[in-house]
Amino acid sequence: MITKEDVEHIGWLARIEINEQETVEYMEKLNSVLGYFGQLDELPTEDVAPTYHVAELYNVFREDVVEECLQQETVLANTENKQDGAFRVPKIG
Amino acid sequence: MAKWMSVAQVKEKIEESSAEEVTARYLEVIGKSKINGYVTVSDKALEQAKKIDEEGHSGPLAGVPIAIKDNISVVGLPNSCGSKILEGYVPPFNAHVIEKLLAAGAVVLGKTNMDEFAMGSSTETSHFGPTSNPWDLERVPGGSSGGSAAVVAAGEAPFALGSDTGGSVRCPASFCGIVGLKPTYGCVSRYGVVAYANSLEQVGPLANNVEDIAVLMDVIGGYDRKDSTSIDNKTEYQKALVDDVKGLKIGVPKEFFGEGIHPDVEKAVWDAIHKCESLGATWKEVSMPNINYALASYYIIAMCEASSNLARFDGTRYGFRESAENWHAMVSKTRADGFGTEVKRRILLGTYALSAGYHDKYYLKALKVRTLVKQDFDKALSEVDLLMAPTMPNPAFKIGEKIEDPLTLYLSDINTCPINLAGVPSISVPCGFTDGLPVGLQIMGKPFDEPTVLRAAYTFEQNTDYHTKRPPEVA
Repeated sequence: MITKEDVEHIGWLARIEINEQETVEYMEKLNSVLGYFGQLDELPTEDVAPTYHVAELYNVFREDVVEECLQQETVLANTENKQDGAFRVPKIG
Repeated sequence: MAKWMSVAQVKEKIEESSAEEVTARYLEVIGKSKINGYVTVSDKALEQAKKIDEEGHSGPLAGVPIAIKDNISVVGLPNSCGSKILEGYVPPFNAHVIEKLLAAGAVVLGKTNMDEFAMGSSTETSHFGPTSNPWDLERVPGGSSGGSAAVVAAGEAPFALGSDTGGSVRCPASFCGIVGLKPTYGCVSRYGVVAYANSLEQVGPLANNVEDIAVLMDVIGGYDRKDSTSIDNKTEYQKALVDDVKGLKIGVPKEFFGEGIHPDVEKAVWDAIHKCESLGATWKEVSMPNINYALASYYIIAMCEASSNLARFDGTRYGFRESAENWHAMVSKTRADGFGTEVKRRILLGTYALSAGYHDKYYLKALKVRTLVKQDFDKALSEVDLLMAPTMPNPAFKIGEKIEDPLTLYLSDINTCPINLAGVPSISVPCGFTDGLPVGLQIMGKPFDEPTVLRAAYTFEQNTDYHTKRPPEVA
């Protein structure tokens, strides 16, 4: 069971601010879904290998050639928060 | 000009008049729409069509208009993913599938509504409000590609692109009475498609008939070196359009006809199987014992991948940003106000399932169950050529009916999500009606065996008339 403290901690890990009222709502709905997920416990899987990816691909290599990339002004075109060719953000801390 | 046209008819119409006139006619129909299917109508569509007229484009889709789901990047058109957090974002590059469509001469009509970040089965979680089902405006069109399916069903585009992570092309195709294909994983490039659950999702076509699906697949399918999960597998989809199922072996997995299935849906699907039998196919019941665990495994994997993929939306480089005194507060407030409830719920669940102490219990367990589900498909498809089952257990439900209870909404994906876990191809074709609402038949095949899936779907369509039925006039 997820507690209110768990919801607050997950919110911090996921960088999503959650207020007091939302904490209770999330707790109830997340517990209902996790209860459903619990059904997997009844299936024995000790000797089963996990499938991370259905297409059995490993490394995909290419020649190390310099190619054209997006221009700096194109990259900054979607923000108003820019300064000296970089993204401007508030201070850390 | 007829409101509903196949791609072949659209091409004939362009020959008779012009691409500009055809595009103008679609824009006129869109202008009268009552379904909220588009979130952006392109102001460059007419110009693009005119240019094709002037230059005499010879591509396979020269001048043919298409609608694009709003999580597929098109240069110059806002890409919202149905979310406030991407407010104002205009992609600086085209998705690979868009490059291919433009090279084929297609005209982009606009971007279609969707569940926020493709999370949902009803298109109700969009920041831009729900889309209505053209068959009944009070009902959902399905999701998450609900806008793409609804505009095709309403005659507002001849065909469209959607994306399918756990059924998001097939579900709205079923609810809106059209055809939708989830190709084999790796067949269509995901470059330029905003990732939600990258090991599960594929771009897929939605159209009024199977032939148009094949036309679109011939354009968008194929290897792309910019997508590291792309697989080089050459397939000629239109060549698969053969009206013949003689000798095909169909498997009917009993687990797909579980508790809660609507009796009319069950009957329509069995009628379809018997129709194929009368046309020369044989069928037998098959068992896929782990299918009952597929839904839980699917949602755990999807949520874990979502919690990672959506970490990039922090308000720094594009989209909505909340102001705050420091970096951590800025990101936390931006994500709190920018994401909708369902997206936050899935990110939180995914974060929890991957967090210290829970990784093995949820994520690793789900990946192991995925192996068992894949083995079920491998075994069943070693005995038969195809599997047939209902796409959705019920017809389209009412707007607002399931949105408050996430688990109930998740359960509606019970017949579509196992396919994404296994990565196999699957198509939904109209096979009947219940109380005036469409029912979809789902046809699943072996990996990369789209030709057999299309052949069966095409044969069923050529020998029935469900795909010719249109919703009552709503525009």
